[in-house]
Amino acid sequence: MEQIIANGLYLGAQYALIALGLTLIFSLMNVLNFAHGQMYVLGGFVTYTFVAQLKLPFIVGLLASAVVLAVVGALVEKFLFRPVIRKSRREEGTMLLAAGIAFFLDAVILLVFGEKQRGVPKIVNGVFNWDFRLVMPYDRILIGVLAIAAIVGFILYMQYSRTGRAMRALAQDRVAAQLMGVDVDRYSMIGFALGAMLAGVVGGLLVTITGINLGMGGPTSIKAFMMIMIGGAGVISGAIAGGFILGMMESIGLSVLAAYGDITYLVIFASLMVFLAFRPQGLMGKPWG
Amino acid sequence: MNAQRLLGIAGFLLAVFVLVPWGIAASGRWDFYYTLTSVALLSIGAAGVWLTFYIGRINIGQGAYALMGGYVSAVLITKAGFSFWATLPLAGLFCAVISVLIGLPILRLRGVYFAMVTLVLTEVTRLTALALPVTNGAKGITSIPLPSELSVFGLTIIPDFATMQNPKLAFYLLAATLMVLGYAALWRIVNSRLGHLCRSLQQNEELASSIGVNTAYLRVLAYAISSFFGGISGAVFVAISQSIYPSSFVVTDSINFMLYCFLGGLGYVFGPMLGTLLLYFGWDLLSVAKQYQLLIYSSAMIALMLAVPNGILSLLDRKGGQK
Repeated sequence: MEQIIANGLYLGAQYALIALGLTLIFSLMNVLNFAHGQMYVLGGFVTYTFVAQLKLPFIVGLLASAVVLAVVGALVEKFLFRPVIRKSRREEGTMLLAAGIAFFLDAVILLVFGEKQRGVPKIVNGVFNWDFRLVMPYDRILIGVLAIAAIVGFILYMQYSRTGRAMRALAQDRVAAQLMGVDVDRYSMIGFALGAMLAGVVGGLLVTITGINLGMGGPTSIKAFMMIMIGGAGVISGAIAGGFILGMMESIGLSVLAAYGDITYLVIFASLMVFLAFRPQGLMGKPWG
Repeated sequence: MNAQRLLGIAGFLLAVFVLVPWGIAASGRWDFYYTLTSVALLSIGAAGVWLTFYIGRINIGQGAYALMGGYVSAVLITKAGFSFWATLPLAGLFCAVISVLIGLPILRLRGVYFAMVTLVLTEVTRLTALALPVTNGAKGITSIPLPSELSVFGLTIIPDFATMQNPKLAFYLLAATLMVLGYAALWRIVNSRLGHLCRSLQQNEELASSIGVNTAYLRVLAYAISSFFGGISGAVFVAISQSIYPSSFVVTDSINFMLYCFLGGLGYVFGPMLGTLLLYFGWDLLSVAKQYQLLIYSSAMIALMLAVPNGILSLLDRKGGQK
């Protein structure tokens, strides 16, 4: 039981971090970022390049992932999303663009990093063992703690910094924020960069444990969509709740339903559909997002 | 005006049924038949997605219904001994019934919520196909016989595909016929009372319901028609490839169906057809670029979106084009 909860918390911390980036972008610009999973993969590959190939310390790789993805996010917003949002008649038009960017990042990753599974050496060795009731490798604990630290840092930043306040105002009411003198363009760009950066950080963290490969992008995006559906799109607390709930369900499902074959995700999906029938806006979302 | 429209339709039919087979026979590129058959079938599915766009919902779940339709057809042919021609409408109807059951709860969702739940639906269908015994799990159903003879009162309408010299051409004609019928039906729906009611849903659902439009019934109806199209296109795909696996239609396919609609333009009935042709045929032609295929394809897609964010057919708007 302790093992299941610990696994759930560890998974949930990473999931929440992925969902945070997606929900931030969604709340600021009303864009469903299909390329989020690909950004996560790109972050993993950047860390891999710095740590495994250039032999730099892990923390440098992680920072490099964050910086590279933030730059990518800012450029994507400034040169692609902004003009399309301005000209598009229906706001869903950005979906084609997002999907195009997802394909584009896939192609770039394939050409630059190849299609092989990549990983970096363990950053800390050893296994935490509490009487065999709870067994967890130290590197997983470290990654879990780092992920939670990143979430806390993000919340504090959004809550207390000037930039964070501007972005929250933007998410609440774009026009009102603009009238109060918030530079909408600038904070949209910062928000997108921040969202992409979070995806990159998760990629950098997870490359030490699960490794990274090209095919992980799409499934990651789907999981992130599920999390923000559980929690409610565009709400930060919802993304965190959704991440931890999905992590917990996956952890419980994998141990309880293992006897019936590989149906964990089928059960999760089915219960999600039932849940949404009763509460369409998720746990904490605003109705009709 | 009417003469012009008739001329346009005649020209289109001529191009699809005469010029394309003639051109392929002249150039000897027999592989184009498969590509164009796929384009025709995918555009049927995309037509369904377009109809859900028409009531103001973003549908990224058409892959689910294509997969369902494919499995219904495959199971009926191999396990129950049905003829392919009988399974074709049954596959569509099965999808329509399922979509009513699924649609009743989820069509209450709007915007990205509906989009995401339909995306998840595609994944659910794939996992269900993996888990159910009747679908044979990951091994799929293979060596499905080609469509047999279709006859009414002893009169052969369509000969047995297995005895044909050129089944590729036959499949192309079948897919093109279905596509023409599908788009004719779609055009008829859009320009009927039902279509006008659907347009009112797209613009303002509350207002529509306040003046007495039965919105719940309409959106389920539109979604069921959409899924019917998806099921048909999946069933014919299975007949062509003679096999189906849980991975035959995945999330990428669902997203592609949506992209075809966007690229063609959401304001025009024939938008999805054009979008499918450009994206699928373009992808196929780009295969000469080897490893740069995806890079060029995605760059072209992004460039197109920057140039014409409202779809290619939106270019007609400025000239005051007709629907």
